[in-house]
Amino acid sequence: MRLYEFEAKEVLRRARVPLPKSVMARTADEAAAAATEVGGPVVLKSQVLSGGRMKAGAIKFADDAAAAKAAAAEILTITVSGQTPTGVLVEERREVVQEYYAAVTWDGRAKRPVIIFSDMGGIDIEEVAEQHPEHLSRTHISNLAPLSDYQAKVAVSRVGVTGNDLGPLTRIVAALTRVFVERDMTLAEINPIGKLADGSFVALDSHMDMEQEARGQHADLLRSLGIPDEDTRMARPPTEFEIAGAKVNDADTRGIAGNITEFDGNLGLIIGAGGGSLTLFDAVQSAGGNPANYCEIGGNPSVAKAAALTKLVLSKPGVEKIAVMMNVVSNTRADMMARGIVKGVIEAGFDPAEKIAIFRIPGSWEDEGFAILRKYGVEFVDRSVSMHEAAARAVAKMATT
Amino acid sequence: MAMFIRVDIDEAVQGDEALKKNLVEACPVDIFALDGGRIVTVDANLDECTLCDLCIQAAGDRVKVVKLYRD
Repeated sequence: MRLYEFEAKEVLRRARVPLPKSVMARTADEAAAAATEVGGPVVLKSQVLSGGRMKAGAIKFADDAAAAKAAAAEILTITVSGQTPTGVLVEERREVVQEYYAAVTWDGRAKRPVIIFSDMGGIDIEEVAEQHPEHLSRTHISNLAPLSDYQAKVAVSRVGVTGNDLGPLTRIVAALTRVFVERDMTLAEINPIGKLADGSFVALDSHMDMEQEARGQHADLLRSLGIPDEDTRMARPPTEFEIAGAKVNDADTRGIAGNITEFDGNLGLIIGAGGGSLTLFDAVQSAGGNPANYCEIGGNPSVAKAAALTKLVLSKPGVEKIAVMMNVVSNTRADMMARGIVKGVIEAGFDPAEKIAIFRIPGSWEDEGFAILRKYGVEFVDRSVSMHEAAARAVAKMATT
Repeated sequence: MAMFIRVDIDEAVQGDEALKKNLVEACPVDIFALDGGRIVTVDANLDECTLCDLCIQAAGDRVKVVKLYRD
């Protein structure tokens, strides 16, 4: 779940990261009062959960309360990437002499957190990585061992920061890294860290994403930030299809049919197992297919649950076929999945042989599963066919119908 | 309507009160139930059969689990 900038900054403030003075305003009148409280020239920033605010005109500057009120009134009407602002952050305007970038995120390949630091902040960090790699450092840290400030110092010094700047930047990066680790973040970023004329540093903008599954563990933090339980922070409200999917999952505690997400395509997906969903979804798209949905099925769901999910996916307008694909399963049983899927297709009024483009669930009890699929004429493959190849076969079948 | 599994119960089981109780308690997916003192199968749960054989261990050849897809 993503935090708004004003919430991320509150997290940083509690971690003793230096920040410009700021006040959150929900209306133009509040913004005027906030500008008076902050004092002097201010910057007004739309509070949305996406980037692109500057380009959308949702960040403005004002020298006094009247100008701040006018700017806020305008910002509050601007949608950014389809999002209506929840308010305006009125912040002290600081002149900086140099900008830095710091972030901590998860490196999926290294399977460890990584501190990313650059002395070229304020711009797109991907651009820096591509065009100025010598200005960017990547420092991996341990999943288990406590963080040492020395590791933050290494990250900062790797891009050539020395002297009086090294200490304060190290403290900021160390604090950011501790927030990432202690609060189960997937991303904790400050961009930019501004160096002021007096040599001090402040975090000018921040972006934080917390693991959705960690919400319960950090209920204290979320409550203290004023984030209610019902505030899901999803990019959009759930569709009827997605709500129905959640009900399928909640109706039966056996196994999981989770994260059911609607897309516009014609190939329904029953996918899952050990990260298989993301891989398979990408594989379908790479093969030129158009997924009708995303889902994560696993944990040995009951036959009834697998059947209910299948019926739901088939009920979606425009779905021509379904592809049933998983990574190699161990605790989920291939035969129970085969029963559920075949049953769901038949109960939806279709012929499994025609409606199931491919069935690839290799692993536990696969011989029993294959016997079921054979009886109903469903095309199935074992683990000798990769997930990508299975996805390509499903997509190819769509083209021939 | 069960599509994949049928469970046949020998009539001799009906006279064995302890076995009937064992079958109801042993099945992890509630395929067996008592109905007016008779042991019966619950149609809605038959396809959930995990082929664990606990019922067969309890009743021997007096209970038969039939895989309809192996016909």
